[in-house]
Formats: sequence, structure tokens, C-alpha cells
Amino acid sequence: MDSPFGLLAELTYRCPLACAYCSNPLNMADYTDELTTDEWRRVLDEAGELGVLQCHLSGGEPLLRRDLVTIVAHAHDLGLYTNLVTSAIGLSRSTAERLRAAGLDHVQISIQAGEPAVSDRIAGIPSFRRKIAAMGMVKELGWPLTVNVVLHRHNIDQVADVLELAEQVGADRVELANTQYYGWAWRNRAALLPSRAQLAAAEVVVRAARQRLRDRMDVIYVIPDYYSRYPKPCMGGWAARQLTVTPNGDVLPCPAAQSLPLPRASVRAEPLGRIWAESPAMTAFRGTDWMPAPCRDCDRRELDFGGCRCQAFQLTGDAARTDPVCHLSPDHDLVTSAVSAANADSPGDDLPLIPRPHRV
Amino acid sequence: MDSIQRPVLARHVRLVFSPTRQRHVLLHPETVVVLNGSGADILALCDGRHTVAEIVAELGARYRTVPDDEVRQFLTALVARRCVVLADG
Repeated sequence: MDSPFGLLAELTYRCPLACAYCSNPLNMADYTDELTTDEWRRVLDEAGELGVLQCHLSGGEPLLRRDLVTIVAHAHDLGLYTNLVTSAIGLSRSTAERLRAAGLDHVQISIQAGEPAVSDRIAGIPSFRRKIAAMGMVKELGWPLTVNVVLHRHNIDQVADVLELAEQVGADRVELANTQYYGWAWRNRAALLPSRAQLAAAEVVVRAARQRLRDRMDVIYVIPDYYSRYPKPCMGGWAARQLTVTPNGDVLPCPAAQSLPLPRASVRAEPLGRIWAESPAMTAFRGTDWMPAPCRDCDRRELDFGGCRCQAFQLTGDAARTDPVCHLSPDHDLVTSAVSAANADSPGDDLPLIPRPHRV
Repeated sequence: MDSIQRPVLARHVRLVFSPTRQRHVLLHPETVVVLNGSGADILALCDGRHTVAEIVAELGARYRTVPDDEVRQFLTALVARRCVVLADG
């Protein structure tokens, strides 16, 4: 067992936005008893001792935590690389300056589409222009900036606009992440899954942009796994490189894993190091021993680790099955039927998007 | 890559020592590169003052087994990944 490199600190699930593709859990009411500032300090101390080097401060909207600057300063003092994953709503100039002084290393700001009307509709509030202004401020303060957009049926046709915008604001990286179907995105899957034609058009744009911008900007394209032959190497393997701490202190290999029927592990009950080493939430699918056929005999088992356990559970009800995205999976028809629906003559364009609530 | 150029770590990456791993690591927003001894030495010299030629010479002096080409290839790969930028002469 190796030490984890990264900690995803989900500080709160409260959020000013209401994106229907949100990966936060549907049962957000179970996470309102948030860790205190002192508890987060202890989590960061224990993470540092465990070998964590990067701390991604996420949510929900992490800026809604009044102690965010204190948490950033503590992570920075431990020598962690700190990354703020934010909607930028609430990122005032004074907050930004205090975060800069606290040692925040990197800022990632989301937009919901390439132009204001669609972006604001998906976000649920007028936010696009404030986000662009915040991106400018981040660059002005000398931070490296990643612009992130989650792609789906309603915005993937605007991928060229997103790239142009990222270029204009001087982003160092742009992350074009096709929706992964967990949490609210799973609930809205039929309305979000793009068609094959949409994806093909977007990929042409992305390839050209990568070539054109190669000296200036990293263009990261997270592939839509429903359309892949093989599953994604989810998290670089279960509890191998990353861990997540949820707002109430639950420890998980990834944020989606709260949906799995595994015993709970909490930083309120046990030290992080012991949880990482021994907790069933971490050991259940670590390595390759748990693998069923066809994974256990597959040459790719150390490349994709059987894909995503949460996706296997969501689609089949059994987290220990091969990710049905894989064309070799006996359950692959569960994915192809969703893809067929997205490419049918009357696809999901008119289906309502169920927004995630701001708070519970 | 020109011999008189001066490599420097890109703004968004940091070189740190990981006590847990007893290795230097290069930190990037989404990735971590665990370095071997000579890799760490090369990156420590990417300070905007040393030229490529000086780094190659220094590594050659420290490790007789590190060929010049490997130092250049290592730097070229890091430039391509935008972890290192080259300042002119």
C-alpha cells in the first residue's frame, strides 16, 4: 500500500449554484454537521503525516466556509500544494487577496457554458459575468488559473466558445470534462448524455485547439466514458493515490463512493492514517484480488483497475463487477441502451433537468 | 532547446521534498511527479540563473553515469509538459 498523493477536502455541500450535473450526493441533508476549523486542521495534519502533498479544497462552494483562509494557511504551512475548486461566486477582491497571502497555490474556476445565457440557465443564477471578472482578478493577482467546464448535451456544442474564453482570460489550463454520472448527474443522466455526433464535433474542436495553443495553455479533455471501449482508470485505482474527506468527516476513496454499501469511516472516530491502511472503505477494492472475470484475466487490469466501482454499483447493484462501460463486461448492454437513447430520433433534449438544491 | 537558455520552474509547479517517500517531488495542479536523485538535482538547478549548458555540465560532474543527452531530454520533456519554461540567454 502506497501513501496517497492527494486529499480532496469537500468543505461543504452548500452551493450558490444549482447545476443538474453536480456530483454531490442526493442525500445532502446527511452532511450538514460540518467539520469545525479545528477538525479540518487535524485532518490536514494527519494527511500531511500520511504523505499527502496536494490539497484540493472543494465542495459545494468552499468559499461559503468562513474559515477558508485559515484552512488554506494551515495546509500551506504543512507544505501542501493547495488548489481551490470554486464557482468564484463570493470571491471578492479582499477574500482573494487574503487567500493569496495565506499561500493558496492554484485556482480552478468553473463556468457552465461558453456564453452567458446558457451558463446562467445551467447554474440557476446569473453568474457568468461575475465568473469572468473573477478569472481576470485571479490572473491579476498572479495565480495560475484553470478554467473548468463540465460538458453535456446542453453545452458541448459551445466548446469552441469555452476555449476562446479561456484563452482571452489567460488561463494556464482549461479542463473540458465530460459529465460523469454520479450524484445529481446520475439522476439527470437521460437529459445530459450527449449524442455521438455532438461528441465527434467537439473532439475536432479540441484537437485543433490543443495544436494551436500548445505553447500557452494545457487543454485537458476528460473523455465521456459511456462512449469508450474500455473504462477509465478511476482514481488511479481504488484507494491507491487519492482520498476524499466529506463535509461531515467521512473518509472515502473518491467523492462518489458514499453511494456504496460500505462501513462508514470518519475522521471524528479514527485517525486518517489508520483509516487509509485498514478501513474496509479503503481495502474493499484495493489492488486486484477483488476482481471478477473478465477483469482478473485481462491484460489491462493494472491499467484501468476494472474501471469505476461506483459506476458498477450504480448500473448493476454490485460494486465488485466489471465497470459496465467496458465492452468486455457482461453488463455492457446497460451502457449501450443509455447511449442508444441519447442517439435516438427523439432524444433527451426536452427532458427536464432536476437542479440540485443550494442547501438542505 | 538552446544551450544558453535558462530553465526555470513554471509558476504553477513546486518542487518539494516528501519525507514519507524520501524523494523530491514536482507538484502540479493535478499531478505529482516523483523524482529520482538526478531528476531532483536538475530541477533544483532550474532557477532561472543556470543555463542549459551549465546544468548539463554540473550533472556530468556530479554523476559520471548521466549522459548529456539524458539531461537535455529530461528538460525537453518537462518543457513540453509546461512544468519548466525557458528564459532566453
